Amino acid sequence: MTADAGSLTPAATRPPETAVKARQSLGSRLVEAVSGGLVRVFLIVVGLFWLVPTIGLLLSSLRTPEDMAASGWWKVFTEPSQLTFQSYEELLENGDITSSLLNTALITVPATVLVVVIGALAGYAFAWMDFPGRDWWFLAVVGLLVVPVQVALIPIAELFGKIGLFGSMLGVILFHVGFGLPFAVFLLRNFFAEIPRELLEAARLDGAGELRLFARVVMPLGGPAIASLGIFQFLWVWNDMLVALIFSDSGSQPITVALQTQVRQFGNNIDVLAPGAFISMVIPLAVFFAFQRQFVSGVMAGAVK
Amino acid sequence: MTSATAAGTGPAPEGPPVPAAPKSPKSRKSVTGTRKSVAALFLLPALVLLGALVVYPIGYSLIRSFYDQSGDSFAGFDNYETLFTDDGIRTALKNNIIWVVFAPTVATALGLIFAVLTERIRWGTAFKLVVFMPMAISMLAAGIIFRLVYDQDPDKGVANAVWVGVHDTFAESSAFPKAHPGRDSPLKPAGGGAFITKQPVSAGTPVALPLVGVAPDLMPDGAAKAATAEPADGKVTGTTWQDFTRGKGVGKLGGVDAAELGYAGMKIEAIKDGEVVASTTAAGDGTFTLPAAADGALLRLPADNFKEPYNGLDWLGPSLVTPAIIGSYVWMWAGFAMVLIAAGLAGVPRELLEAARVDGANEWQVFRRVTVPLLAPVLAVVVVTLMINVLKVFDLVFIIAPGSAQDDANVLALELYRKGFASDQPGVASAIAVFLLLLVIPVMWFNVRRLRREVRR
Repeated sequence: MTADAGSLTPAATRPPETAVKARQSLGSRLVEAVSGGLVRVFLIVVGLFWLVPTIGLLLSSLRTPEDMAASGWWKVFTEPSQLTFQSYEELLENGDITSSLLNTALITVPATVLVVVIGALAGYAFAWMDFPGRDWWFLAVVGLLVVPVQVALIPIAELFGKIGLFGSMLGVILFHVGFGLPFAVFLLRNFFAEIPRELLEAARLDGAGELRLFARVVMPLGGPAIASLGIFQFLWVWNDMLVALIFSDSGSQPITVALQTQVRQFGNNIDVLAPGAFISMVIPLAVFFAFQRQFVSGVMAGAVK
Repeated sequence: MTSATAAGTGPAPEGPPVPAAPKSPKSRKSVTGTRKSVAALFLLPALVLLGALVVYPIGYSLIRSFYDQSGDSFAGFDNYETLFTDDGIRTALKNNIIWVVFAPTVATALGLIFAVLTERIRWGTAFKLVVFMPMAISMLAAGIIFRLVYDQDPDKGVANAVWVGVHDTFAESSAFPKAHPGRDSPLKPAGGGAFITKQPVSAGTPVALPLVGVAPDLMPDGAAKAATAEPADGKVTGTTWQDFTRGKGVGKLGGVDAAELGYAGMKIEAIKDGEVVASTTAAGDGTFTLPAAADGALLRLPADNFKEPYNGLDWLGPSLVTPAIIGSYVWMWAGFAMVLIAAGLAGVPRELLEAARVDGANEWQVFRRVTVPLLAPVLAVVVVTLMINVLKVFDLVFIIAPGSAQDDANVLALELYRKGFASDQPGVASAIAVFLLLLVIPVMWFNVRRLRREVRR
């Protein structure tokens, strides 16, 4: 529009045209300033919307159950004296909660390490080894990416029951490894495939065998992908409730399951639920803030999961 | 590179696998000339675990879904029939449809808006961090967070606190929720919660409109000691007050006692032949004055004086529980959509947007005609990913829906858990599992096809 107007305007009318243009740009600048302000206000409101629920949990966990029964958590803004670590202190003396927190770590760490190691072995084989039907095997694994865990709950419960893994931590770990592997193989194979052939050949000329090549060249080069995968899998397992709900028992249950059993009497157990939920969030949030970049790239690569 | 492209595009989509050209510079043929047994060793752990934990269950569920609950006899399609006749499963199906339609689209739309708006804001990264953060926490924690948010009591749940605040800003709240006429009152119920005088009033004679039943701490802040109205020529005057003194009872029935308070702000209407001819509001001491038009009218205290205070929405009740839980899901996953879309946005050539602006398109037109079409592939990936994710949603419903609303909030993943592990119906549960699997097979097929082209490089 403006381009047309400019080319069609005769030279004689130049001055008025520039005046109009100046006024337009002033007007549009004004519009831009106002809408820019509106955008900022909108984003601040949305940001508050996103923060308030978590802040609510945090402040709820810092009040006594009596205060919680009487009023909302925002009361602490007018009565800061209500803030207390009482619920946390009691929680840390609650054997069920502390041992389940330990269980969460005992499940998450091996499940993450195993997925990375086993996934890397297979990913390397799919990327750089020769065997019949290599790409078809790989595609089959990729096909498993979207299989919902729900499909496996009943069959694996029965299988674990038969071989005595039901209720054990090992069962929970194995299940997570099984369902973590398609993504691990997919991500690592694609990353390893981009390693320049010359690097591998150079290592080969130095006399490295397949295992040495894998451990000394491929794994270090795969660092970024392994970091993404590790963080992704770590958060996945740490945050899981469904799998552990079915395959663990009261001795091997992680924090999510321990807290879940308290939800039925939500109002009465808020002094356990709120601090418990917050403690269970601390590690994932720390991991998230420390490794944002890797987490985001893991999420992007895993968009298919 | 050229030979790789040829190998990739050459065969028909359904053609047989074509191994990568061996002499291609991009060939990934083994550099060590691996023996097949070594390759097998590298693959074995992964393939065994995948076989036992992912592939075997698919086959097992498929077969199990055709057997009865005990697993002993073949049941044909009975379990699948139950899928569409059982009330619980039908609610779950219906809710799943609501979930699949709304949750991914709302999350993606928000993600798109956030991604576009934060692009040119200096603190955009901080905003993104805040919105993306919920992705890192467990659905259990998110569930507990939103149980608190959705608490019915507006004094405890932040959702209702905000909602009631907004509501009361636009709709006046009433001051006298439980007020009603006492013994021998000159007032009688007028239907719908209003009260009306039994006798017409006349100008010059002060009217008494006593009520009882307002708790002392609920009296309006402006309430002052009630006063008997002075008669005024040609005008209807009167008093409306709480005819009750704490610890002393009514005192002088129908008369103003020393410690009794006026109903400050009470609305009064004069009614003649069913029509409102005048209206006013009582002062702090309960006195009011109506113009001469009210002479001979009946005085009515309209119902909105007595409405119960607004208590907000029943978020976790039968009708709102699913939208409420979808809201918590959007809270968790809008950040995911935003991050993927922002990455796509970074890849949109600036020149295209600038060209559109130079052509005189306003920001909305640029967004609608240039940005969104260019982002279409990313948007599709995000929506599809979220749809698959939504099919599996379990924790949020399990935690947020209170026991009484769990039937109304039911989804397939939850119903599978209930049938399989709470009510011991593994046949039906397996049928649900197979049904869920069928729903994701198109995506599985799409993933494999997309990758098959790349793999051949």
